[in-house]
This record gives sequence, structure tokens and C-alpha cells, in this order.
Amino acid sequence: MSRVWALHLGLLVALLAAGFLLPAYHATNLARIMVLAIFATGYNLAFGYTGLLSLGHAMFFAAGMYAAGLPAWHWGWGAAPGLVAGTLAGGAMAGLAGLLALRTAGVSFMIVTLMFAQAFALAILYFNGWTGGDEGFVIPDASRVLLGADLRQDLPRYVTAWGLFAAGLIAALALVGSRFGRVMVALRENEERARMLGIDPFAAKLRVLVISGLYAGAGGAAYALLFGYAGGSFAGIQYSILPMLYVLMGGAGTVLGGILGAGIMFYLTDLASTVTDAWLFLVGAALVVLVLFAPRGILGWVRARLWRDLP
Amino acid sequence: MSFGPFLLLALMEGLVTAAVLSLAAVGLSLVFGVMRVVNVAHGEFFMLGAVIAWFVAGLVPGPAWVGFLAALAIAPVLVGALAAAADGLILKRLNYDPEATIVATIGLLYMIQQAALTFYGPDARPVPAPFEWRIQLPWFGYSGYKLFVVAAAVAVLLAVWRLMTHTRAGLVMRATQVDREVARAFGIDVDRVYMGTFALGAALAAVAAVLVVPISQAHYLMGGDPLLLSFIVVIIGGLGSLRGTVIAALVIGLSDGVISMFFSPTLAKILATLLVAMVLVFRPQGLFGART
Repeated sequence: MSRVWALHLGLLVALLAAGFLLPAYHATNLARIMVLAIFATGYNLAFGYTGLLSLGHAMFFAAGMYAAGLPAWHWGWGAAPGLVAGTLAGGAMAGLAGLLALRTAGVSFMIVTLMFAQAFALAILYFNGWTGGDEGFVIPDASRVLLGADLRQDLPRYVTAWGLFAAGLIAALALVGSRFGRVMVALRENEERARMLGIDPFAAKLRVLVISGLYAGAGGAAYALLFGYAGGSFAGIQYSILPMLYVLMGGAGTVLGGILGAGIMFYLTDLASTVTDAWLFLVGAALVVLVLFAPRGILGWVRARLWRDLP
Repeated sequence: MSFGPFLLLALMEGLVTAAVLSLAAVGLSLVFGVMRVVNVAHGEFFMLGAVIAWFVAGLVPGPAWVGFLAALAIAPVLVGALAAAADGLILKRLNYDPEATIVATIGLLYMIQQAALTFYGPDARPVPAPFEWRIQLPWFGYSGYKLFVVAAAVAVLLAVWRLMTHTRAGLVMRATQVDREVARAFGIDVDRVYMGTFALGAALAAVAAVLVVPISQAHYLMGGDPLLLSFIVVIIGGLGSLRGTVIAALVIGLSDGVISMFFSPTLAKILATLLVAMVLVFRPQGLFGART
């Protein structure tokens, strides 16, 4: 087994152990971080590896959240079909948005994805009789049971978050190591050259965006089912910015960048909130500082200086 | 009220929206045209203009119009200065890389918004209109101040147009827009042009906000809608085209007024957002822009 797999599997084992060892408060935080990290890891596949800077990922996250939450609320679906439906909804939404948005590139792509996400967020508010609008809704307790485990309790919730994150991390690691993973990087580095090598950029980027959407959808569904709430604010622009921030912080184009960035930002905001309630300022300042002084993020720095083969 | 006057009212409301919108959008368009920077913090410059207007109106004694005029003079200068500082400290260091500047201006957006929340507070606060005067139409009375807003916006837009076409500063800006390297070769200080353009764009947003604040109210989250609508207007009008921007502001403002009056404001926004996404996908040069 290579050093790379040893590092990633070792980290997963350590995370699982942490769920049993940490006090409840930090275990819940860590569960939340892992769910957000699923979202961020998927975002990183599109942004970090393929160079698709989307400002609309909240739409895929919210699609997953509502595809899991609405059937639970209206028809009493359980958690397992909810997770499947949420993941697929995120992917389907990304496919639809990608079909149109990928006809553009660069700044236009950012604005088109932003606009789609904005329209989706407004649609959630518009159909508030059915979606709960801005106030959202609480997921019924009966639906928060996964294979007999009650997701309202700390340990099952932690293990579920860990299981989903682990699956996502391993899949991402396998993907970026595969032939298609190199196609993704080639598209980021030089799309024209990739085209000359016989790669269809549109099809490849669409595939990446759908995969990224599946991650976002799974993250959204898990967030709703594990923490028991779905609401319109999760579709807002802020939830498109957060994964970007996590990835920039942890390292764009690194498999572990998502969870590292999510963890650091989560605890930074948590620390800051004991001093002041101005946490948005922290988010803004972090974005500016990162883009000015550390555009490669922490693991990008590690890769440049210490470990060239870090995926 | 029957349908006709109702439509007239909707159109008049739409005209006011269009006037304010065209000012904010021309600021955004100018910055994009000359600097190729998409300024996501533009809505927050708008909000700052309104908040500063509230502070100034509270500090200046005397009748309402004195405070209003003071705000109209002070707010754009302060906001422009802040924008110039942001340009020198952040955007310039990023070499105006399009994607990095978007991320940086998102950061700026959050910082300004939080600063307003901390120092100004979460409440919406009114600023008194400089004059109370109602026009009595046969079917309804209408605020004369709103018509003043339209007139003032037209005046400012004419001034901007004149600046761009008939002054040396405008010539230098247009030269930089066409080719930054050649402009530099001709001895134009491109850094100063960029700083000035960014400040001017922000100041225009602030003017729009000072004009609108007696109608709506000053609130720390008020930057979101103008940002979204300005984006829509600038994109539909063709990025960087001033004439297209003004025409698009009229179209969007009027249709927004009519759709909001007869249907729902949320539906109007959904339709406009989807429209703009489609325009970018299928006609990236904008509906009124020429294909280059």
C-alpha cells in the first residue's frame, strides 16, 4: 500500500476513533465538519482539479437537502431513500445546470452558475407553501432513522457522517488517481491542448460537474437528515461561497483540502464567536487574505514544498 | 382603480426603479468595461452610500434638503475613497486577474456588510425626503420626489456620458479599455486610471443609493437586490457598453415594475435571473452589444 493511501486511510481511522473519544460537543462539531467536507470535496473536484470555478454549488447542496427533506416531511420517507434521492438530485441538478452553463467559461461561467443558483433559491421562497420558504421545516423524527439507528443520537449521527465522508474521500482519491483524473487536470491546465489530445472538453467537464453535484447533493441530504432541518438559507449565495472558501483554505486540487479547510474555518468561526458576533467579517477577511497571500492553500503549500506526490 | 391607471402607476414605479438601477449598473459596467473586473462588492458600495446618507442627514442641522444635499456630496466621495483604497490594497496586487478579483470582492462584500451591521445595526432607518410635494393625477396622487429621482438620474447619466466622450479623463479611460498595454506605452498611468475608474463606479452606486434612500430605507442588507439587478442589466445590455446598460436598465426596471405589481416580486426576479443566464449562455455579447 502506498504512502498516499496509508495517509488517507489512517486519517479516516483517526476520525472514526475521534467520534468515540471526543466530548459530545466536539464530536457534533466534527460530524458537521465532515458533512460540509463532503460538499467541499466535491466542490474541489470541479474547482481545484478541473478549474471550474462555480458560484452556484448551493443549488446542488439545496437540491440534495430538499430531495431528502421534502419527501420526509410530506410523505414520511425514511433516511436511506432520502440519502439516495438527495445524492441523485444533486447530480441531476448539476447535469441540467452544466448543460447550459458549460457553454460558457471563466467569468461568464461564474455568473451563469450564480444566476441559476439565485433563481433556484428564489424558487424555493416562491413555492413557500410547499417548501417552507425562508423559515424552512424540521425533518420529522420518524424519518431520521437509518437502518435502525436513530440519527438524533450523537454516536449514530457521527458514524453516519463519517461513513458518508469516508466513501466520498475514497471515491475522490480513486478518481483523481485514475485516467479521468488526469483528464481533469489537463482541462484545468490547458483546455486547447487537451482538446488536441482527443478529449471532448464539454463532455468531460459535464461529467466532473455531475460528480461534484452528487457530492453536494449527498452533503445536503446528510445535513438535513443528521441535523434535522432544511431551509431556504442553505440555497443562498453564502453556501456557494463556503465550499470555495474551505477549498481555498485547505488547498485547491488536493483531496484532503476540503476537510482541512472546513475544519479550520469551522473552529475559527467558533473561536471568533466567543469574542464577537462578526463572523461574516472573518469569512470575508479570510477570502481576501487567502487570495492575496496564499492562493494555493495549506496543502497546496505542503505539496509545493514537502510532498510532491500528495494527490 | 381600473386597469389603465393601475398600469400607469406600475410604469411610473418601474421608471423610478430603472433610474436608480441605471446609475448603479453604469457604475458596474464602467468598472467591467475599463478594468475587466467583475465587482461583486458593488451592491455593498450602494448600501454604504445609503448608510452614510443616514448618518449625514442626522448630523446636519436645518431643513431636510440641506442634509440631503450634504449627503449627496459626501457619500459618493467617501465611498469612492474606500473603493480607491480597496483597489490599491487588493485588486492591484492581484494583477486584476478576473477570477481572483471576484473571490476578493466577495470577501470585500462580507467585510463591508459585517462592518455596517456592527456599526450601523440591523434596523432599517428612513432618511427624510428633501421636499414633500405630491402630484395629483386624476386617479391617484404621486410623490414628486420620485419624479425628481428620475430627473436627477438622467442628469448624472448625461454627466457620465459627457465625461466619457468629451473630456481627457474619458479619453484616457476609453484608451485603457481598448488596449491597456498600448495605453501604457503612450504614457498613460494605467494604475491611476484603474483606481479612478473603480472609485467612480463605486461613487455612482453611492449616488444611486442617496437618491433612493428617502423612498426605501437604509439597511445593511439592502445591497443584495441592486447587485443582482445591476448584474442582470449589465449583462443584458452587453458587458462594458454604457448605452446598452441604460437601455437594459429601462427594460428591466419597467418590466420589474409591471410584473411586481401584477404578479409577485419574487417571480419577477426569478424570470429576470433566468433570462440573464440564458443571455450569457446563448448571446454572450448581450442583447444590445455588437458581436466582436
